[in-house]
Amino acid sequence: MNVYLLNPLAMNSENHPKIQTESGLLKKDQLNDYTFARVNLPTSGFAIRLSEVLAFRADHAAARDAIFTPFEIQKIKDNIQPVCKDTIETSSQATSKEVYLKRPDLGKLLDEPSKTKLKECTSKQKDVAIIISNGLSAAAVNENAAQFLNHFIPQLLEGNISITPIIFASNARVALSDEIGALLETKLSIILVGERPGLSSPDSMSAYFTYAPEVGLTDESRNCISNIRIKGLPPIQASEKLFYLVNASLTKKISGVHLKDDMGLLE
Amino acid sequence: MAFKETIGNTTYSFDNLKELLAKATPYRSGDVLAGIAASNNKERVAAQYALASLPLKHFLSHLVIPYETDEISRLIIDDFNESAFHPISHLTVGDFRDWLLSDAATTQILKNISLGLTPEMVAATCKLMRNQDLIYVASKCEVPTAFRNSLGAKGQFSTRLQPNHPTDNATGIAAAILDGLLLGNGDAVIGINPATDNLKTTEALLHMLDGIIQQNEIPTQSCVLSHVTTMMPLMKKGAPVDLVFQSIGGTEATNKSFGVNISILEEAYHMALSLKRGTVSNNVMYFETGQGSSLSANAHHGVDQQTCEVRSYALARKFKPLLVNTVVGFIGPEYLYDGKQITRAGLEDHFCGKLMGLPMGVDICYTNHAEADQDDMDNLLTLLATAGCNYIIGVPGADDIMLNYQSTSYHDAAYIRKLLNLRMAPEFEKWLYERLPS
Repeated sequence: MNVYLLNPLAMNSENHPKIQTESGLLKKDQLNDYTFARVNLPTSGFAIRLSEVLAFRADHAAARDAIFTPFEIQKIKDNIQPVCKDTIETSSQATSKEVYLKRPDLGKLLDEPSKTKLKECTSKQKDVAIIISNGLSAAAVNENAAQFLNHFIPQLLEGNISITPIIFASNARVALSDEIGALLETKLSIILVGERPGLSSPDSMSAYFTYAPEVGLTDESRNCISNIRIKGLPPIQASEKLFYLVNASLTKKISGVHLKDDMGLLE
Repeated sequence: MAFKETIGNTTYSFDNLKELLAKATPYRSGDVLAGIAASNNKERVAAQYALASLPLKHFLSHLVIPYETDEISRLIIDDFNESAFHPISHLTVGDFRDWLLSDAATTQILKNISLGLTPEMVAATCKLMRNQDLIYVASKCEVPTAFRNSLGAKGQFSTRLQPNHPTDNATGIAAAILDGLLLGNGDAVIGINPATDNLKTTEALLHMLDGIIQQNEIPTQSCVLSHVTTMMPLMKKGAPVDLVFQSIGGTEATNKSFGVNISILEEAYHMALSLKRGTVSNNVMYFETGQGSSLSANAHHGVDQQTCEVRSYALARKFKPLLVNTVVGFIGPEYLYDGKQITRAGLEDHFCGKLMGLPMGVDICYTNHAEADQDDMDNLLTLLATAGCNYIIGVPGADDIMLNYQSTSYHDAAYIRKLLNLRMAPEFEKWLYERLPS
């Protein structure tokens, strides 16, 4: 007998496996109520129906396009003008998106013109450097960075926390913020960066920060707030979280695994 | 020992075995990132010529990572089985490739020699093989294992049902499990990657999975893929642990970065064995691996990523695992750039694992920053099924909403079983079809 003449999808609610949950006995036609995973997909034979295949493809397309979307530096500059007018444009040694994807080591190094610019910067030894990078999703920072900073920068200034010019860093990995912070001699370095896009979140931004930034630090020296986007952790709420953590970091003079989540702010 | 090879008017030289292995490796981004790849195509082929004429015996006296500095090297040498090696001991790497493809290399004979093969011999051979060679030789290997059902027999194709949820929500996970079971997934294991690796979450998920399996008398096993050191206190506490999971790599330093070593794994293995929860047999371990993990942990010692990967199989086979799978495209484009590289690596890992004697499965997958899409997954799935891959991963709609990567769907498993007339684990299949209305 070819077992595939029988389709397990033909099981009805009487004979399908019984799974008791806090919402009662699971019914196969109600699975979508309990998860946003792609369950209970319509089929033709065993194949997923075209409507769902296209929906998947559209999500993948959005994620792919987010990576290769241009970094809209001027637009972000225009949008943050009310809170910050000084900016510096820099770039990592990853000269193209393809190089950036293949050589994470180059994304952690400033190119020579950028180093010179930062060395010549007259606004050093501030408390905080804020860096913005397209990272793996320009769409994430294009959409979220300005809203975030328009809330965050006034908070810093009201708290008497001084900042350097905003640094735009094209094709940066998170660790580039260490080199930038070190060159600007700041106490703390913050980078807003586009995350690796997911199918359900092509435009998700992360904020990482490091106390006493210097070249060669690793992830255990950093703290991170992720999933910053309108449908995730909205930029204004994320800004509140970061402000709390930055204060704690400056007070305790630490960051990373030893800066604990004592207010329940970090997931 | 240095190696020289002349092609046309150019002589290429390779300072040592690890350089020769790295430069003979088919092109992939991770070896370029590590700065160890061949500098051009001709140098790569020259390295392959030189590697082909190297006697297999050479690998017993020349290690890519010194015995003194790496416990995986010590394991490889100390567990080497001389008598298993004897029938092939006169061969070069190239001869061995040809012999593997001959009718003399039967399923039984391949099984007999597996403990006489070191990872570096297998990795070297793999580098000389075309994709069809990797598929054909792997298809001759058979590595059956069992716990609450029987896996890995020829003609069988199983799936790990992977019902992950970003907040470990019990009902969300249960919904994905029911959906998978209805599509015939979950005979290899129902295995959850918890979003939070801690005792409380892991324990709750273990009880939930055990409840579902018990209540419905499903002939399968569960696993929560928490760290082995999370699992051990839970086993002591009496939590219902079927399989113990761990990510492993091919160097001591890689494993250190994962927070494990051989002795921790041994302790966990014996603890899991003592629970005696298997009914058909007692293969209790589940390992995941993947090319690039050693480089990522800065723990590769200048050894290419494919050789490092096979070294992790020497560690895995020590524990007679029920399941081992490479997570082939998960690590990202800096290690495997596109569909072509992911496909090649998936076939390599499956072949090498099988030849080493592992019940090899593959998580056929990619991330959104890799040059790959679902068509590449379809291709690799179809190739691996013809190669006799033990199992793949089943994820709702191929979209893992917790790990944020794409794998294969419940429906993909149904496709390949129908296309190639492959069967589920027999106990699981019987259970599933007895529930259907006649």
